[in-house]
Amino acid sequence: MDFSVITNNFKFLILQGLVGIGPFIGGTLRLAIPAIMLGFALGIFVGLARLAQAPWIRLPATAYVEFFRGVPLVMVIFWIWIIVPQVLRLPIPEYGVALTAFVIFEAAYFGEIVRAGVQSVPRGQVEAATALGMTGAKTMTYVVLPQALKNMVPSLVTQMIVLFKDTSLASIIGYVDLTKAAQIVNNREIKPFQIYIFIAVVYWLCTYSMSLFARRLERRAA
Amino acid sequence: MNYTFKWSVLWTGESGRWLVQGLLTTLELSALAWLLAVALGILAGALRTVRFTPLRWAATSYVEFFRNVPLLVWMFFWYFGVPPLLPRGVQDWLFNHGAEFWAGMLALGVYHGARISEVIRSGIQSIPRTQFEASLAIGLTTFQAYRLIILPVALRLIVPPATNESLNLLKNSSVALTISVAELTFQTRQIETYTAKAIEAFTAGTLIYLVLCLSIATIMARVERRYAIPGLIARVGPGQ
Repeated sequence: MDFSVITNNFKFLILQGLVGIGPFIGGTLRLAIPAIMLGFALGIFVGLARLAQAPWIRLPATAYVEFFRGVPLVMVIFWIWIIVPQVLRLPIPEYGVALTAFVIFEAAYFGEIVRAGVQSVPRGQVEAATALGMTGAKTMTYVVLPQALKNMVPSLVTQMIVLFKDTSLASIIGYVDLTKAAQIVNNREIKPFQIYIFIAVVYWLCTYSMSLFARRLERRAA
Repeated sequence: MNYTFKWSVLWTGESGRWLVQGLLTTLELSALAWLLAVALGILAGALRTVRFTPLRWAATSYVEFFRNVPLLVWMFFWYFGVPPLLPRGVQDWLFNHGAEFWAGMLALGVYHGARISEVIRSGIQSIPRTQFEASLAIGLTTFQAYRLIILPVALRLIVPPATNESLNLLKNSSVALTISVAELTFQTRQIETYTAKAIEAFTAGTLIYLVLCLSIATIMARVERRYAIPGLIARVGPGQ
């Protein structure tokens, strides 16, 4: 089997597709990294809101999580791609659409992880912090969250890997990530088997190294 | 906001029929893919816990490769990449018999099989090793021990994470629209294209997914209570 199609288009696939340097606005990493950070940040708020005492905070957060865990990501992407510009009468570039969709969608999943992490911290820790005279916010920031974070690491990395893979769906709306770059190359060269196996290996190298890293972190934390 | 709602587009013209067809295709695609995924998942999940190294190694490579690559890439791979390698006659036959559906089914099933196998493996590993040793001691073979003792217990333990994973499969079936399988999301877009009523179309599609997922989750919560093993509180962690 002839793999010269890969060597000939290597630069385009990796620089344009994976990293995002090239004639098109694109790049899997340029989308995945901010999406992971913002999704996690929003997820912390969602997760904490689900644990709030006040129902007017807890119930909307619960509804948010249940809603986004019950619909496909592709649907969410279409909502933001087709409907939001119609309603706001404002064109949104593909990058903005994809980033917004991923952050909103994944925050629901990150929120569940944060909630489970916070719930895994023994109750006595909160009581001890209160006994020391810490306020609720201080207890959360200095006592509960740092310990919760440690417990969350395995599922957090798992979710980050999921999000990293999900960024391939941005190609549906024309964002030139690794998958779209592969489609572009394939339209010209018609070597689908070689091209798709190649990007599968590239994705695999990224995600597998993430999970190896997670395993090392887990061992160190244990 | 300057948008005139016209909900009747959902039941006038072809829309209603498209939605029902989309829903049926989604269910058919998900059900077939689910069967394949469960079969592969049980096989790979069980093989990853056996002593014989080549089998364990083969199962591990399958799981680690397939679950770590985006589903969309597998869709393209099975639909565009594989058929050209087949003989001409087989290709023609496939493209006359809904190749996109079968490619989508394979992509979904093989991808989720790898993910379900992780759920099953964690279920098997949460059963004390002594159960396996006791099975051998009363004269069962390894295969019998798995079939009669280990798997039946493991399957009851993994109901919650397996439900989660099955719902993921159902939601992920929407990715098949990229290879033009006429499932629910595809039909929703078609209604949007024909009627130019985006909010109505996408609300309908989204609600159908939501109702589907929530009702399966509710049913499975009852199954979980029904089949919970008394006295066991072992929680099985979800696979990746």
